[in-house]
Amino acid sequence: MSFPWAIEYKPSHPFMQWMDDRLPVPRLVYNAIGAGYPVPRNLNYFWNFGFMALFCLAIQIVTGIILAMHYAANAGVAFDSVEHIMRDVNWGWLMRYGHANGASAFFVVVYVHIFRGFFYSSYKAPREMVWLLGVVIFLLMMATAFMGYVLPWGQMSFWGAKVITGLFGAIPLVGEPIQVWLLGGFAPDNAALNRFFSLHYLLPFVIVGVVVLHIWALHIPGSSNPTGVEVKSESDTVPFYPYFIAKDGWTLGVLLVVLAAMTFFAPNMLGHPDNYIPANPMSTPAHIVPEWYFWPFYAILRAFTVDFFFIPAKLMGVLAMFGSILVWFFLPWLDKSPVRSGSYRPLFRKFFWFGLIPAMVVLFYCGGAPAEEPYVVLSQIASLYYFAHFLIILPIVSAIEKPEPLPYSITEAVLGEDDNAKLGKAG
Amino acid sequence: MARILSILVGLFFTVALLWSLLVGLFNFELPHSVEHDFHKAPQHLALSSDGPFGKFDRQQLQRGFQVYKEVCAACHGLRHVAFRDLAALGYNEPEVKAIAKGTLVPGIDPATGEATTRPGLPTDYFPEPFANDVAARAANNNAIPPDLSLMTKARHHGPAYVYSLLTGYTDAATYKNAEGKPLPKENYPTETTYFNPYFANLNLAMAPPLNEGMVSYGDGTEASVDQMSRDVAAFLVWTAEPKLEKRNQVGWPVLGFLLFATVLGFLAFRNIWADKKKKG
Repeated sequence: MSFPWAIEYKPSHPFMQWMDDRLPVPRLVYNAIGAGYPVPRNLNYFWNFGFMALFCLAIQIVTGIILAMHYAANAGVAFDSVEHIMRDVNWGWLMRYGHANGASAFFVVVYVHIFRGFFYSSYKAPREMVWLLGVVIFLLMMATAFMGYVLPWGQMSFWGAKVITGLFGAIPLVGEPIQVWLLGGFAPDNAALNRFFSLHYLLPFVIVGVVVLHIWALHIPGSSNPTGVEVKSESDTVPFYPYFIAKDGWTLGVLLVVLAAMTFFAPNMLGHPDNYIPANPMSTPAHIVPEWYFWPFYAILRAFTVDFFFIPAKLMGVLAMFGSILVWFFLPWLDKSPVRSGSYRPLFRKFFWFGLIPAMVVLFYCGGAPAEEPYVVLSQIASLYYFAHFLIILPIVSAIEKPEPLPYSITEAVLGEDDNAKLGKAG
Repeated sequence: MARILSILVGLFFTVALLWSLLVGLFNFELPHSVEHDFHKAPQHLALSSDGPFGKFDRQQLQRGFQVYKEVCAACHGLRHVAFRDLAALGYNEPEVKAIAKGTLVPGIDPATGEATTRPGLPTDYFPEPFANDVAARAANNNAIPPDLSLMTKARHHGPAYVYSLLTGYTDAATYKNAEGKPLPKENYPTETTYFNPYFANLNLAMAPPLNEGMVSYGDGTEASVDQMSRDVAAFLVWTAEPKLEKRNQVGWPVLGFLLFATVLGFLAFRNIWADKKKKG
């Protein structure tokens, strides 16, 4: 949108000119995803996940709105209404399984998208706003997914709601009143279910709004790329249409193949059987666990088992769980290396692959395990590393590391040589 | 400045974690529950509905339905299944009407408005066996028999679990686990419970419900406990997921189309990028 060589929109068909003169949507589309948007030519497949995330959001909204036509949010009938959708509503089973597995797909895609950001330092200047908006989107997604899982009003729905809303009680002084206010009662019940349904319907549209801002913020400086070297000339780029429309198109196909395979042939694989039991406040499940995409954060929450001076362990867990995502807000200022891409940062890479990734895998596994040994000790060690990585290791590494030499430009990285570089060196 | 702050915050969390870790290590004791040591994972059960090509065996479903109706329905409800749904088992309309008519469902006396019972219609759902939870507990050693509509989805390895539970009742005094350890006396069943290693808590309130030949199958199949357990497990897979066959049936063309479209998309991608010396 703000490149000096970005092509101005000049429609060939008079109707398009007529439209554009009256409502400039055609030029908006042209300059956002059309031939008028130049994109670095060397983007790898990690750059496809943003579009895939947007598509998953669309799937969730479509299936969700259809489900909402048949779902009843009253605690007495919610579970039965979901079974009604599964058995009697035409294609209801497909909408329900599509929505549940679509949520998992959405989180897989978003996690890869976020880890791309970690590795290639997409959060660095001038794209800090893109990153901050992205973290906001992730928090909204977590809230939406949590509330959505409560809606079927199964055992895990109820007890998961009980655990997570119970965390608000950990806030000193005002915690208990806030908890009762949020729930509309002393425990999750009809009041909580109804308001969760209302908010679950609302938040995806808030997410759409923040996604618009996220993409808008991105289109000001344009996309980063795997070398981390900013676009210098036209030869560094290709127009978004048709090059990245084509690339996004076929990778979308791969996503849909995987999602269809899960939805049709293993629809309950990622779910928990206990959620097919109607909620019973008198019967606590043996192991209360959230859906898989919350497991790393659940592990961090449960890692704090002992009071720390005057701070109770429960409050420590809550602070750490939210803190583990809040640190992402500060990444642009924690990682001060002038080099963006992890491809040229050997020390950073070591800590990324041998530290952060294993820690997150361990946290993921422990989050789904019972809160017993050895999982508690493993969570503690992995959480320790997680916080140390972002708050201690990254700032130090970015200060002391010796990066590898960067290519002059994207063109040089892709083609092996850049005529502009020769001119620059000669001149 | 930000760096110093971040290091301090990081130290706060890491020290708190280290503290938890050290205290935990000192009080370390690996727990082992008896239930965990003696509980058995379900035996494998092969059903025609297994896998991505799964189809229901309607004969087996009808046998399983017969077992449910004659044995289980005394205590276990099937509230998400309506009589009209039984058409999927291969019954025609008069048969479905007869099955419905043969079951009493709650109704009102049309003259006085009093609560009473009436013969069912295809639109009715299977009736609850007990008026309420209190009645259910009173009749079943203070346990509520769970509804069976979703049982095979509400347990890990659902169908195998149902089959193993029904065939798994055994004598606590002679039982030995995989390591050869005998069951501790404290975990023997009481007057009102029965030992079954496939049950997570080892002793459950349900007495062994099946006996040899207690149902006489319409198609002449021998009604052993094993056969009846398989059939009722298969039936419960249907009650939990009546759309299973449709799901598999639709899934293959959808997957096929998406694979085809993806291949076409990939070829288009290669075609479009062919003029760029190196692809991204």
